[in-house]
Amino acid sequence: MLKRVTAPKEVKSVGIPIGNAAFPSPFSSGLEYASPARGTWNIVHTGMLIPEAHEIFVCAAGCLRGVVLTAAELNLSHRFSTVEVKENNLLDGDMEELVIEGVSDILEKLPKKPPVVLVYTSCVHHFAGCDLDMIYGELRLRYPGIDFVDCYMNPIMRKSGLTPDQLMRSRLYMPLKARPIQKGSVAIIGSDLPTDPDSDLVQLLRKNNLRIHEITSCKSYEEYQEMAESECYISCYPAAKPGGDMLAQRLGSKHIYVPFSFDYAEIEEGFTHLAETLGVAAPDFAGKREAAQTALKETLAVVGSAPIAIDYTYCPRPLGLAKLLLDAGFSVKRVYLDVVTGEEKQAFTYLKENYPHLELYPTVHASMRFLAEKEPTNFLAIGQKAAHFLNTTHFVNVVEGGGMLGYQAIFKTLELMQEAHREEKDMRNLIQIKGMGCGGCCG
Amino acid sequence: MKQTSRIISTHSADVFGVCSALFELGGMTIMHDASGCNSTYTTHDEPRWYDMESMVYISGLSEMEAIMGDDEKLIGDIVAAAEDLKPKFIAVAGTPIPTMTGFDFGAVAELIEQRTGIPAFGFSTTGMNTYVHGASLALEAIARRFADRDAVKTRMPSANILGLTPLDFTVNGSDSAIAQFLEEAGFTVLSRWAMGSTLEDLAQAGSAHVNLVVSATGLAAAKALQETFGTPYVVGVPMGADYSALVRSALKTAAATGENQFPVCSLTGGDTVIIGEGVTSLSLASALELSCGKPVRVICPTECDSGILRTKDIPVTCEEEIDEAIKGAACIIADPLFKPICPEGAKFVRLPAENFSGRIWREEIPNLITHFEDFAKEVL
Repeated sequence: MLKRVTAPKEVKSVGIPIGNAAFPSPFSSGLEYASPARGTWNIVHTGMLIPEAHEIFVCAAGCLRGVVLTAAELNLSHRFSTVEVKENNLLDGDMEELVIEGVSDILEKLPKKPPVVLVYTSCVHHFAGCDLDMIYGELRLRYPGIDFVDCYMNPIMRKSGLTPDQLMRSRLYMPLKARPIQKGSVAIIGSDLPTDPDSDLVQLLRKNNLRIHEITSCKSYEEYQEMAESECYISCYPAAKPGGDMLAQRLGSKHIYVPFSFDYAEIEEGFTHLAETLGVAAPDFAGKREAAQTALKETLAVVGSAPIAIDYTYCPRPLGLAKLLLDAGFSVKRVYLDVVTGEEKQAFTYLKENYPHLELYPTVHASMRFLAEKEPTNFLAIGQKAAHFLNTTHFVNVVEGGGMLGYQAIFKTLELMQEAHREEKDMRNLIQIKGMGCGGCCG
Repeated sequence: MKQTSRIISTHSADVFGVCSALFELGGMTIMHDASGCNSTYTTHDEPRWYDMESMVYISGLSEMEAIMGDDEKLIGDIVAAAEDLKPKFIAVAGTPIPTMTGFDFGAVAELIEQRTGIPAFGFSTTGMNTYVHGASLALEAIARRFADRDAVKTRMPSANILGLTPLDFTVNGSDSAIAQFLEEAGFTVLSRWAMGSTLEDLAQAGSAHVNLVVSATGLAAAKALQETFGTPYVVGVPMGADYSALVRSALKTAAATGENQFPVCSLTGGDTVIIGEGVTSLSLASALELSCGKPVRVICPTECDSGILRTKDIPVTCEEEIDEAIKGAACIIADPLFKPICPEGAKFVRLPAENFSGRIWREEIPNLITHFEDFAKEVL
């Protein structure tokens, strides 16, 4: 039996009513806590989506620890290697040599040369002013049959330029080589999880007989390369947007961003724009709003007045979801997030004006270490972090939008809420699995 | 090439060793890093994270703070959190970027202590050594700062256990089993550094007659306590009846003579090897040699003071050296993540270690203090 360390006598709540919250940072920044909810993906999981890719991380042992064990937990150690940066490398200025010789050494030891290698450099390379172009140039000269992709594990840059998440999603398509564009061929890009076949997006594309490419379904590197024949790249996840623009520009195609949303007008606008770009008939939304309203009412009848909490790991629009549910009469009490994204500004403003008592809670604030409920609560949590902080077994266990999109995301969310209300889940064990769903599509 | 690993894992790092050693003592430990360290430590290296509300945080260092040398942001954040959470002490541990920027951990700790009135430590860990280095620094610092210098030896024989963290012993009851061994050997256990004891317990360490060092992480603290209180130490983990008897006898000798003791068995030769932390592996090797009559070599990939390992044991630093050291071995006892580099045909005995494979096989890690015989059967 493990001992519970005594908490400070009183830890003040750090939740604030949205009415008093500032955009985009409702909470002051400070020391950061890591909750045990770990279902979201990291750069190892995402990189493994490229079939047959081998990942090589070059960094200090402490930084390697998390990524090497991510690969080991996926049973993918055979696709993962490391080059360890030591103190002498910082002093001797031989970082370029270390990367080149280290990567070469690993490649020589692999039983079979992979077609593509993702080389991840880290914060220390950035600070040492490493000549990365020279490094990759030399590697390409040495191994002309291998596609090298420059990847980055440099969290120190998370507040400068593209975030590591945006950067990783952009790197995912760098190996694609230009090939003749095939009319009627499209690619869904930038999501870790496969797009739900029932989603409005897949339904629209299938209805119009378009050939759909998606990295999550590629079984070989050659099949992955076929994505480059797409006349249009479609992204739905906010962090995928910059990568989508880069890709379309590089391969001479179009990129359309169809945002994940719970707002009827935004959903319809996004799909209408997509249809126009693809040159297909606009989807028929007749009756969709009414169906959504009916589903909301049905779910409310099941869930009743149960308090609801949402967190940002569930989907990119936690405030949009709160707005949808509150307007439908649900008892949404809390939203867990650390920042409000630009895409959520409208929902934030709406909630601030119409539901000023809705509480916002951070997830990384130092006090959150002590603010997880000690006893089980009756909250219905939407997302793993909310489930942990509210100590509830009634929760929707989905991360990063779960591949949902369009009206289908509304219907599916409501269905999952009903299920969570009815059934208990093994919260403690489920939320601690890293990269939820990765085992199903990385291999 | 010495710095590459084609397939094996990497050991838990020094910064995580600091966190692990201080975890139960009521302090606040801050990893000065951008991001990622906290998640790595709490996911893979800290089995107590879900159940014990220890204050382990990351500073969230940004590019601009590092470039501009904005230490005030870190200091301010720590002071603010300490005012709210009232830790018993504050520890700041380093990672690669502070190492590159020449961050002065000692000076920052002093400033924090001045502003908060809370004892503060700075550990210039780099993220480039193993957990042994970090945990050693942390336990030594506790010994030097908190051990009550006026402590009087207890009337009856007593002991402290040094170097006890889940990175070497997980949370399978090994810590309590070691304490029980000491009690049965006639020693009252005053403190366990640092699982199952409070900071106040540790402060009484100077009253003990002997210290039992159960991993290399406890050696520096043992030396500090010897320097301050003259307490001798014994290095070894009681495993198996014969080796435990050797450790018991060494404890009594040390307590009686004041001389440090290093109980080992060392049979010549052998094609059985153990890959792992120095003290625990050496103890297991000795226990196997005594119980089975089978010579066993230790291949030690983590820091271990000179004089601990036997001449036949091999310190290593990388996959290439391990590869070389295990050539010709007929039986290899190691964490399963070493298996891909083991020679085909060699018998592989699984001995998962939290410090190498993290949480993956946590449930499978044996308590060798109470279940040595079962394990020895697997080796035979």
